[in-house]
Amino acid sequence: MAKALNASYRRYHPKWHRERVPIFWWVRSASYIKFMCRELTSLFVAYAAGLLLVQVWALGQGAAAHARLLNWLSHPAVVTGHVVLLATLLFHTVTWLNLTPQALVLRLGRWRVPKAVVWVGHYAVWLVLSLVIVWLFVGVA
Amino acid sequence: MARRSREPVLWAMFSGGGMIAALLLPATVTVLWIAVPLGWVEAPSYEGLRSLFLHPIGRLTLFAVATLSFFHWAHRFRYTMYDGLQLYHLSQLIAILTYSIAIALTVVAGFVLVTTG
Amino acid sequence: MNSVAVEVLRYRPETEEEPSFEVFDVPYEDNWMVLDAINHIKDQMDGTLSYRWACRMGVCGSCGMMVNGKPVLTCATYVEDVLPGPVRVEPLRGFPVVRDLVTDIRDFMVKLQRVKPWIIREEEKPLAEGEYLQTPEELQDYKQYSMCINCMLCYAACPIYELDPEFIGPAAIALAQRYNLDSRDQGREERMDVLSQHDGMWGCTFVGDCSVVCPKKVDPAGAIQRYKLDATVDWFRSALMPWRKR
Repeated sequence: MAKALNASYRRYHPKWHRERVPIFWWVRSASYIKFMCRELTSLFVAYAAGLLLVQVWALGQGAAAHARLLNWLSHPAVVTGHVVLLATLLFHTVTWLNLTPQALVLRLGRWRVPKAVVWVGHYAVWLVLSLVIVWLFVGVA
Repeated sequence: MARRSREPVLWAMFSGGGMIAALLLPATVTVLWIAVPLGWVEAPSYEGLRSLFLHPIGRLTLFAVATLSFFHWAHRFRYTMYDGLQLYHLSQLIAILTYSIAIALTVVAGFVLVTTG
Repeated sequence: MNSVAVEVLRYRPETEEEPSFEVFDVPYEDNWMVLDAINHIKDQMDGTLSYRWACRMGVCGSCGMMVNGKPVLTCATYVEDVLPGPVRVEPLRGFPVVRDLVTDIRDFMVKLQRVKPWIIREEEKPLAEGEYLQTPEELQDYKQYSMCINCMLCYAACPIYELDPEFIGPAAIALAQRYNLDSRDQGREERMDVLSQHDGMWGCTFVGDCSVVCPKKVDPAGAIQRYKLDATVDWFRSALMPWRKR
C-alpha cells in the first residue's frame, strides 16, 4: 500500500525529485564498504566447506589420492590463497561475534545478561573450540 | 492478511551456518591448510585423519558444517546480489538459484559423507 | 567573526528540473549549531530557503538533514564539528524532495500506522478497575525503543530503504518492538503478521548504520535482529507444535 501511495503521489506531483541510487552505492561510505566485504565473506565460507568435503573424499580414495591433495595444498600459491582465506574467515568471525550481543538478548529469570558478558562468552567459546580443533588434529597420530 | 513469510527457516540456517563457520572454520583452516603444508606442525597421518573425519561423529559434524555453511552462503549471497546490484526484478530467480545450489551442494556433501569408506 | 561556506541544495520545482547547490558565506559564533547557520541564511540572506525545524533541542525530530553526507539533527550538530567548509547541507536521503531541504515523509507515516504503534488489548479494563500496573523492570524492557522521536535519520542511513522503498524501515520496526515488549500490550501476533511480510523485517541485512546515526540511542538494528529471532522461534513452534494456540 505504501508503494501505491508513493506512485500515485508522484504521478500527480511529477516534480518531486527522487535521487537515483548509483549502482555502486556502497562505495560512498566506509561503513557500507565494510558491510559489503562482510557479506562477501560468505563466498569464502562456502569454499572452505567445499574444500573440507574434497579432503574427506580424497581420504576415501586412498593414501595416494590424499598425498596428491597434500601436495597441492603445499604449493606456495595455494598456501598464499589460504592465508587470504583465513583473513576473510577471521573477518567473518570477528564481525559476527561483535554483532551477536546487539542481536541476542538473553534473560535468566528477570536478570538481563549484559552485552559485555554475551560478548566475552562467545569469544571464550571460540577460543575453547579452536584449541580443541588444534588439539584434535595435532594430537592424532 | 497474507500468510507469514517462510523466511524464518532460511534465516535460521543462515544464522546457524554463520555461527558454526565463525567458531570452527578459522582454526580448521589454520591447522589443515596453512600450518601443516608449511610444516609448522607435524602432519596428521593418513590413518589419523581418517579416524577423525570418518568417525560417525566426525561425519555428522562435517555434514552439519557443510550444509549450514552452504545455506549461510546462499542466503547472504542472495541478498548481496539484489541489494548490491539492485536486481530486485530478478529477486525470485536469484533466490531459486542460490538455494538450489545450496541444496545440490548439500546432496553432494551427504553423498560424500555417507559413502566414503 | 568567523565565517563558513555553507553549500545548500536548492530545488524549486516551479522553475527548475534538477536540484542545484547554492553557496552562502555564513558568519557564525563558536556555539552555533548547523541549524543556526541555516536560520541565518533564511533570516538574513535568502528568505526563500525552505526547510523544517521546531524545538531546536533534539526532541521533536523535525530538523533531520544530510550534513556532509551524514544524516544528523541540524539542531544537535555544532558548526565547529563540521569545519572546515564548505559544509554541504542536503535533504534527508531516501525520501522524495518537495522543495529545497523539505522531503515528503508520507511513506514513513503510512508504515508507522501499519505496525499499530499503540497498546492493543483483547479486552479493555473498565475504568473503575483503575490503571494497568507496570513495574520498573517491565518498563526497562521497552523503554529504549520508546525514545524514538521519528526523526527518520535511520531511514536516511539505511541503504536497504534507499534501494527498496517498500521496506518498512528501522524506526517502524523499533516502534513495533516498543509495543510488543510492553507488558500492557497484547498485540504481538497482529504486529508479527504485518512484519512477517516480504516488506517487513526480512529485508533488513543488519548493515547497522541506523543504530549508529540514531540521536536517541534507540538501536533499531538490535530491535530488528531480536524480532527476527522472535519470528524464527514462533515459526518453529508453529511448525513443530501446530496444536499450540498462537
